[in-house]
Amino acid sequence: MTFDAVTGVLLFPAVAAALLAMMPGYRATARLNVAATTLTFACALSLFFRRPQPGSYLLVDDLNATFIVLTTFVGFTTSIFSASYIGHELEIGRLTPPFVRFYHAMYQLLMFAMNLALVANNIGLMWVAIELATLTTVLMVGIYRTHEALEAAWKYFILGSVGIALALFGTILVYMAARPVVGEGLEAMVWTILVTRAGAFDPALLDVAFVFLLLGYGTKVGLAPLHAWLPDAHAEGPTPISAVLSGLLLNVALYALLRFKMILAANASAIAPGPLMVTLGLISLVFAAFMLYRRRDIKRMFAYSSIEHMGIITFAFGMGGPLANFAGLLHMTMHSLTKSAIFFAVGHIAQAKGTQRIADMGGLTETHPLLGWGLILGVAAIAGLPPLGIFMSEFLVVSSTFARAPLLAMILVFGLLVGLAGLFLRLNSIAFGEPRGPAGKSTASYAPMFAHLGIVLAAGIYLPPALVTWFQNIAGLLG
Amino acid sequence: MSRLDFDIAHLLAGMLVLISFLELYQDRLYSLLNIYALHALTLAASVAWQAFVQDAPHLYVTAAIALTFKAIVIPVALHRIIVRLGIHREIEQVVSVGVTMLAGIGLVALSMVVMLRVTHSADPLAREDLAFALSVVLLGLLMMVTRRNAVSQVVGFMSLENGLVLAATGAKGMPLVVEISVAFSILIAFIVIGIFLFRIRERFDTVDVQALERYRGEQR
Repeated sequence: MTFDAVTGVLLFPAVAAALLAMMPGYRATARLNVAATTLTFACALSLFFRRPQPGSYLLVDDLNATFIVLTTFVGFTTSIFSASYIGHELEIGRLTPPFVRFYHAMYQLLMFAMNLALVANNIGLMWVAIELATLTTVLMVGIYRTHEALEAAWKYFILGSVGIALALFGTILVYMAARPVVGEGLEAMVWTILVTRAGAFDPALLDVAFVFLLLGYGTKVGLAPLHAWLPDAHAEGPTPISAVLSGLLLNVALYALLRFKMILAANASAIAPGPLMVTLGLISLVFAAFMLYRRRDIKRMFAYSSIEHMGIITFAFGMGGPLANFAGLLHMTMHSLTKSAIFFAVGHIAQAKGTQRIADMGGLTETHPLLGWGLILGVAAIAGLPPLGIFMSEFLVVSSTFARAPLLAMILVFGLLVGLAGLFLRLNSIAFGEPRGPAGKSTASYAPMFAHLGIVLAAGIYLPPALVTWFQNIAGLLG
Repeated sequence: MSRLDFDIAHLLAGMLVLISFLELYQDRLYSLLNIYALHALTLAASVAWQAFVQDAPHLYVTAAIALTFKAIVIPVALHRIIVRLGIHREIEQVVSVGVTMLAGIGLVALSMVVMLRVTHSADPLAREDLAFALSVVLLGLLMMVTRRNAVSQVVGFMSLENGLVLAATGAKGMPLVVEISVAFSILIAFIVIGIFLFRIRERFDTVDVQALERYRGEQR
């Protein structure tokens, strides 16, 4: 087999995982971790220019190329953040060297699993990859081995397993629907074949399959009321993992849903998947917006904010049509970048303060100006204030909805405003006022955080036409 | 396919559903594990029969995994964990047995109605298999929500997974079945190791959100 970019995207993390599992020493492994994610990102970028022909296992098209580039980019910046974060954890003895080695190996394995899920052209392979991603994150969430961390890992494990079990049942049903048309064997699980011949599938079977897939992968997306694992997993694991979970893994699960949505859309007599996604999206948005108010733990608060935004994205894709899909894609990209930047800031803040309790933080702009203002900028972005990128994507979601379903748009705007107020209420006490709580020194790496926020700001002010056509093209593909 | 082939497949799949019901009302962990071993054994027989009927030799691998791993290794390991950790042998149930059984009957009826209605075009064997498989999946879910104990939740999950393997083998010619059953076995092995390493005990072994409230990071 000749070497191409897809192989690189899969091979680099896999080899790095094996190497990191064997290498002792913190500095060298942290560097290797960064080097591997850099190489993976470089391979992903080359997918824009050259891509291999789709086979019966792997596929690269415009849709997943975007996801892969986003995933590998955030994976790359998070590995830089992780180097300084984990270094500090080692210093204060929260993690021991064997656990760090384990952590780095799992980090690369997670990257491998996510990339595999994204390039898979086979719905069975995609399922196996998402299962692998779940397993690695479960292990990392429980890495501190405190009572709370184990509890969070266990809850995530059980709910995540049930989710992927339901998704597998849905996958089997899709195969059953395809078999009479496509014929037995491998071909009836290849997505590119499924989507071209979906018109002849049994619609009733497809309907039931999609319900299972929506519940199954929806659990992994963190849609309410299936979200129960998400806040715990975010709050108790290491912060780089919170960043990767929120910024990437939720997207990967959503990507799986989108692929199946496209299959359903190709069958005229199957149910329209849109309304189901719209309903779950709106429930998540409004529910999470209200949940923001009574949070006492800073990471938990931003976890709820992730549920809120996944709700918005699912809503946008559920509405469908070129404009809403465009808005959904843009929102997803902006959310990934912003939310991981926020977690970078939060991770360093929690280390400097020695706690995640909001009540013990205060006056950050005075004690840690760079972190404080970085957090303010991040929260302003995530809350959707102009001129940042999320404002634009939210504006597009709202305006495209007003044109088609004004009533839904009212609920959407209501949820957004509630969420915005909730975030700023908390931000006020964290960032301003009298400094409270311990103020340790921070050995932060600011570059990843400000790089993300810089992109979000730039995208809010000016989107390059090339990017706009690219996204419009994908929005057209999604239908 | 001859009449007899169909009847035996039907019999084995139906037995899985009945054994799921048996699991539902066990109130001691040891007997629950024994019933689960029987569940896995029936699954192995059913998969092996499908392998024979469909003339698909790779399914024998799945049957062998079900036989050795699920019917022997896992129950023995869990048995040891129970002894080692000194977990209570009585299982607390969230709702009473009668209500659970009624709910179970309701779920089986539901899955029959749903699956038989949507699978007109599929061949009769796959059709019945899917309906039974969905019943087993739903009964496993029911077990997971009505138990508070980590080990019995795991048993619930494993019987749910047996239902999935039944569905996957019933879907004639489905690729990757062996890979999927291996992936699932790894998952289950991790869960079992997790219970052991992390010493998950009675006090935080539930997915009941209300009971978790105490351990959430916020209220530290």
